[in-house]
Amino acid sequence: MKAIVSVREAVKNYTLGNVVVPALRGVTLDVVEGDFLAIAGPSGSGKTTLLNLIGCVDTPTSGSVEVAGKDTRRLSERELTDLRLHTIGFIFQSFNLVSVLTVSQNIELPLLLQRKLTGPERAQRVSALLERVGLREYGTHRPSELSGGQRQRVAIARALVTRPQLVLADEPTANLDSVTGAHILDLMRELNRTEKTTFIFSTHDQSVMAHANAVVRLADGKLVDRVTPAQAAAENGLPA
Amino acid sequence: MRAWLATLGVVAQMAFRNLFASRLKTIIVGGIIFFGGLLVVAGNSLLDSVVASMSRSVIGSVAGHIQVYNAKSKDTLEVMGRMMMGDPDLSQLDDFAKVRDSLLKVENVKSVVPMGISGALVTSGNTIDLALEKLRNAVNARHDAKTDAQRVEAEARVASEKGHVRQIVSVLQGDLKNARAVLDERTIDPADGAAVNRAASDAFWQDFDKEPFEALEFLENRIASQAADADLLFLNYIGTDFQAFQKSFDRMKIVEGTTVPAGKRGFLFAKHVYEEQLKLKAARRLDQIKEGTENEGETIATDPDLKRMVRENVSQVREILLQLDAAKTVDFRAKLQRELASQEADVGKLLAAFFQTDDQNFRERYDFFYKELAPSLELYRVRIGDVLTIKAFTRSGYVQSVNVPVYGTFEFQGLEKSTLAGALNLMDMVSFRELYGFMSGEKLAEIQALQKAAGAREVSRENAEAELFGSKAEDAPAAKAPRRIEATTTPGVAPVMRDLGESLGGKLQREEARSRVFPADEVERGVVLNAAVILKNPKKIRETIVAIEAQGKRDGLTLKAIDWQAAAGLIGQFVNVIRMVLYVAILIIFLIALVIINNALVMATLERVKEIGTLRAIGAQRRFILAMLVVESIVVGFIFGGLGAGLGVLLVSVVGKIGIPAKSDVWFFFFSGPRLYPFIGTSNIVAAFAIVLLVSAFSSFYPAWIAMRVTPRQAMQEEE
Repeated sequence: MKAIVSVREAVKNYTLGNVVVPALRGVTLDVVEGDFLAIAGPSGSGKTTLLNLIGCVDTPTSGSVEVAGKDTRRLSERELTDLRLHTIGFIFQSFNLVSVLTVSQNIELPLLLQRKLTGPERAQRVSALLERVGLREYGTHRPSELSGGQRQRVAIARALVTRPQLVLADEPTANLDSVTGAHILDLMRELNRTEKTTFIFSTHDQSVMAHANAVVRLADGKLVDRVTPAQAAAENGLPA
Repeated sequence: MRAWLATLGVVAQMAFRNLFASRLKTIIVGGIIFFGGLLVVAGNSLLDSVVASMSRSVIGSVAGHIQVYNAKSKDTLEVMGRMMMGDPDLSQLDDFAKVRDSLLKVENVKSVVPMGISGALVTSGNTIDLALEKLRNAVNARHDAKTDAQRVEAEARVASEKGHVRQIVSVLQGDLKNARAVLDERTIDPADGAAVNRAASDAFWQDFDKEPFEALEFLENRIASQAADADLLFLNYIGTDFQAFQKSFDRMKIVEGTTVPAGKRGFLFAKHVYEEQLKLKAARRLDQIKEGTENEGETIATDPDLKRMVRENVSQVREILLQLDAAKTVDFRAKLQRELASQEADVGKLLAAFFQTDDQNFRERYDFFYKELAPSLELYRVRIGDVLTIKAFTRSGYVQSVNVPVYGTFEFQGLEKSTLAGALNLMDMVSFRELYGFMSGEKLAEIQALQKAAGAREVSRENAEAELFGSKAEDAPAAKAPRRIEATTTPGVAPVMRDLGESLGGKLQREEARSRVFPADEVERGVVLNAAVILKNPKKIRETIVAIEAQGKRDGLTLKAIDWQAAAGLIGQFVNVIRMVLYVAILIIFLIALVIINNALVMATLERVKEIGTLRAIGAQRRFILAMLVVESIVVGFIFGGLGAGLGVLLVSVVGKIGIPAKSDVWFFFFSGPRLYPFIGTSNIVAAFAIVLLVSAFSSFYPAWIAMRVTPRQAMQEEE
């Protein structure tokens, strides 16, 4: 299978004042199309940094990150933005919906930025997605009128509306209770299956990892190993 | 293009939603912009309206659209707004007819009015002098009486005039007593006191008829000088051609009397000057109190000005007392006793009581004054038909005096109450030239006759040395010098002229002043200082100024043309000053607006860092963020600025229907009438929008810059 993401010896350092803080210390990773990959590790292990590099939000200090065949270090800021717009969908830990827009408008937003579809086409795609994430009745609601789980569904719909090849989710269930979190992951999994969308999500939650095809474990900015959810669960003394 | 429009659509949609979502910020920012728009439209419209109406005042009263004068002048021409600071140093235009013909060649010129503006002192009659003159005439008449009937009539006249003079003397005695109470004894000449006491004594008047001329001489020499009620008037006047003036300034209308006939000497008082400076002060104050109470809604009880005027009327009855002869004194006593139901015998006290008016009795007293008392009084110090003796310092410094008959008063329609428009009186051009020091043909002939008789020859200043000590210079360029009396060119002649004039006796001069008609040629082919130009198309002032100066050059004239605003001097500047103040106010308001709006937008942007980061993460370019913020600002600017400008338009048009009343005489001039009707200029609306949009755009630059620096990574950061 074709790799949609290819990370080679990626190093990322942040500068805080005069201090250089290493966040990633040489990570190599391939993600194939249709994967449903969890990135696990404790806080500060570099999960979010790795996602940022894959998501073209950041570029590596050294090493390379290829997304959909493009080396992100060779792209300009504008090209990176376009890559995010057309190839990647984002799901955030705290949903990051635009509060002044309705649910439908939030979902439609990336399509508007893409400027590819006509109004009716956009409306159709939005309503299909609303149906898909189980929020048919909520199109005209404001995000503030929804529960956390509902908001994350809207965020998922927004991430998927452009039919991206890759969806990145940073701790998508961290702000949700476990039951809702499980529902959200079920939904993502289902979309992964039906839409053939590649999902990469970060988590430090064992029960979340259980939904993944594979778990990439990070510690101190380094890739520890790549295991199955069952292996990960076993090492932590939990049933698979 | 379509994609661009679609983006703009999204941007606008988001901008609108954001504005609505953060209503408070929008309202604060919008409120400032609203006020700014309102101020720009209303303030500018008001100012434009004042400029327009003031230009009507200036153009319609003296300036015309353009003023023309000699470019060689040292000072610039100011036809208005100079008070008593002396005349500007202007070179004359030697031949008005030539100037006019040159100006009329310029296509846009409709008419040209000759002018010269100057000022002079006028001594108006001293009441006691007039009373003594009447007494002397009566004594003369008695002396010359041929029949018994004439003698009896003259005797009665002498008795009446004696009574008047005695009345004046007793007023003087009272003054002296008051002066003693206030002043140091040493400052009063005891001889003056003795003279007054003598003149007030019964013995003096009993002896009067024995040696009437001796007694008159005593009164004239010793008493008249003490009754200093004669005021020196300073009159500003324009020397002009009355017919041309009246035709060109069609707002001018004659109030009393008639205009000055063509070719005659004559003086027209500005109605305002006539009322303000020549009217009996008590009567003038009554008029002003009436104006204040009836037209301006003030009351004597509350308005300090009106109160002061009542007080002055009460304390200054002397001016009236001096006018009362014996018969009038009896008449006034009876009338006032009846009106006031008083037993008081002293007319001075009765008058003081009469003038002690309040809001209740004012109207009744006012009517009584004009119906019962005024007919017996000289209400104006100069009557229509009198001959005015005007004395002026000519340019070369000697005093020239001219007698001009007063034909009437005039005012400018709509500017009746304006002090500024009513400050200039009118005088015929011939008299003006004499007072200014230019010679009329008549005087020149007189001088030539004198020179011939004396064997003198005109020697110009430049050639004087050659004439006296050397050989004769051929083709002396100064031979054609203007016919102007310069002390240096004709030494000794001018004083002779003056002495001659005085020795001829006033009567003869007065007769001359009334009857003589100067030929049109002499009036027109003479010196003027400036000329007012009325245009066919007033909008083309600038082009016409250029054309006039060019035409002048072609005709060998050194003409300088200025527009009405420059000619109006300080008054013309006044509007510029107000405009400057308004602009500074607008500038300050918008600077403050800029800071406040900027601050509000920075705060709003900081609150939206996460949202902006999210937008960037999901694929929004930087310029999208920039566009979103700028559109937000511009939308606020448009909506609120538009509302403000709209309210300004509404306000100005409503006020334009009702009009703003002119509160004081100065405003009559600026409003060109009793009310200003402001109008909207389209340019002001455009300016308002331009300024508002500019401010909106400027104030969103910094917040936009902050927003553009937000990275998509900031969308991932958690607040916890």
